[in-house]
Amino acid sequence: MDLALIIALDVVNGAASLVLLCLGLAIIFGMMRVINLAHGEFVMLGAYATVISANAGLNIWIAMLVVAPVFVGVVGIVIERCLIRFLYGRLVDTMLATWGLSLLIVGLVTTLYGNTIKGVPTPLGGFSVGAYKSSYYTLFLAAVALIMLALVYVVMRRTRFGLVARATMQNPGMAATLGVNPSRIYMMSFGIGSAITGLAGGLLAPVSGVVPTMGAAYVAKAFITVVGGGSAILAGTASSSALFGLINQLGSYFTTPVFGEVILFISAIILIRILPQGISERFFKGSL
Amino acid sequence: MIHVPVRTWMSVVLLAAAIAVLIAIPDFVETFTLMQFTLFSAMAVLALSLGFIWGYGGILSFGQTAFFGLGGYAYAVSVLNLGESTEAIAIAIALPAVFAAFLGYFVFYGRISDVYLGVITLTVTLILFNVVNATAGDEYRIGNAALGGFNGMPSVPTFNLPGNPSIVLDPTQGWYATGGALIVVYVLLRLLLRSRFGRVAIAVRENETRASLLGYDPRLIKLGVFVIGGAIAGLGGALYVNWGAFVSPTIFALSLSAEIIIWVTVGGLGTLIGPVVGCFLIQYLDSQIGTQQTFNSNLALGAILIVFVLLLPQGLIPTIRTIASRLVRLRPASGNATESAAKQPVGAAR
Repeated sequence: MDLALIIALDVVNGAASLVLLCLGLAIIFGMMRVINLAHGEFVMLGAYATVISANAGLNIWIAMLVVAPVFVGVVGIVIERCLIRFLYGRLVDTMLATWGLSLLIVGLVTTLYGNTIKGVPTPLGGFSVGAYKSSYYTLFLAAVALIMLALVYVVMRRTRFGLVARATMQNPGMAATLGVNPSRIYMMSFGIGSAITGLAGGLLAPVSGVVPTMGAAYVAKAFITVVGGGSAILAGTASSSALFGLINQLGSYFTTPVFGEVILFISAIILIRILPQGISERFFKGSL
Repeated sequence: MIHVPVRTWMSVVLLAAAIAVLIAIPDFVETFTLMQFTLFSAMAVLALSLGFIWGYGGILSFGQTAFFGLGGYAYAVSVLNLGESTEAIAIAIALPAVFAAFLGYFVFYGRISDVYLGVITLTVTLILFNVVNATAGDEYRIGNAALGGFNGMPSVPTFNLPGNPSIVLDPTQGWYATGGALIVVYVLLRLLLRSRFGRVAIAVRENETRASLLGYDPRLIKLGVFVIGGAIAGLGGALYVNWGAFVSPTIFALSLSAEIIIWVTVGGLGTLIGPVVGCFLIQYLDSQIGTQQTFNSNLALGAILIVFVLLLPQGLIPTIRTIASRLVRLRPASGNATESAAKQPVGAAR
């Protein structure tokens, strides 16, 4: 019983981290059909922003929840203005350019801060379930993931910006004739997507090794989760995160973490083969 | 007299020049430089494999290193078991080709294209990396060959004279073998592109629906292109392992996959010489950056890729060709598919 509970917690943790990791990428992909291969590096920048400001004496919560998203959001807007906006509609070119960008960011951070940096301790304590231990931070991550999903839902459904953004997503030309500036909407969406990614990086900083190349570990996972989820931002991300989180954690539990990841990748390939348009296109068509 | 186009004559002259350079280089450079050129050539074979499937088949594989790595490991394992390199090289070409056939069947007959193809190839590379990385320990051995997990396989026997395992090639002969393989692969691809299959492949890249309405099966053609690309990448892997006498899971690394794409983009998509030139240039640059400490090679590579995608999306070779033909006012031969392909921007391949 205790074991089942712990495994369930692990699954929740895996799914929550995936949601946090992918939401930003999903917004950018869903809105603009841009696959941001520098996504992992945005996560890394968020983690670095957190670690550096926390080590400079800032409160860890402010560093995670404010500094990381704001910093990466601003970086995202700058990158959108200087690079991405020239490449809309050229999917392969954006992939190439953002891949170059990811190398550039890794190189830059390595040059500035070297190959390692002092990490931050995991805040909140642990609790035990029978003979097993878990940490409150896991629950906190899950809560933040849920709040972010709810927040994106509310913004997209209930605000004027959300309405305009959804209109632009469906038909940029018509939105433009109605007086919306798609270029501005794209810039803001990219900024928001980047900020959420930065938040994910900040939240993952205490529980992962913060190194310049850490992004590589995330980009593939985020990439397959978003593509597996399909174009619906929320339904797609949530469903594929839950599915892949479950598969990954169960696979890790019954074999080893390495093969858990392998099982995740194999099931992702099969999923894409069966549902090339993603889960949401098949089951949640027309949802957000 | 049969009419022979100017381009054919030029190709023959260039080929002769390439062979002359191949033979002459060992007399002019030191062994260290020669070894570097050998490495570059092995990588250029890999670059050619992507340049072929992406530029002429319209298949952007983010995981060409999967076949490269498989070729490397297949060579290492079979040469350790057979004690002879000729068959090992054949296996290093055949195994990735078979794997490419399986994967290609799975992908192309599912009508998966575009981003999804990129995701799948990328993911397959990650799977191979993870699996091979986890094979440390004595239980993971194939015959005489321990796979060694993340430690890799040290002291892999290098190439020997065909049929005579006791005579191992020295660095100069290794250069002839590697550089020669590069030239052979290049010529074979050139000939293939002039064949019926090559022309149909280009037609499929240009417009899949139109090609299938004309009675060709795009899935089969793409599968063929993909398998050939896999085989070439496998050969590259064997050449690479021969160069270093060592293979480790980093051969599957994503960073290498990224680098191949940079070589092809910089050199010029839709040409065969472009990827080779891009490969040599970038690798030379990389090794030069490695000798100093002020800035990181990733920084330079990333900046180069961004600059090329934004400002020079055609790549070096097509740009140079355009400028040259403008200067000479020499019109490119009309109706030549490779010429029109060279003018395609990067993204237009699909």
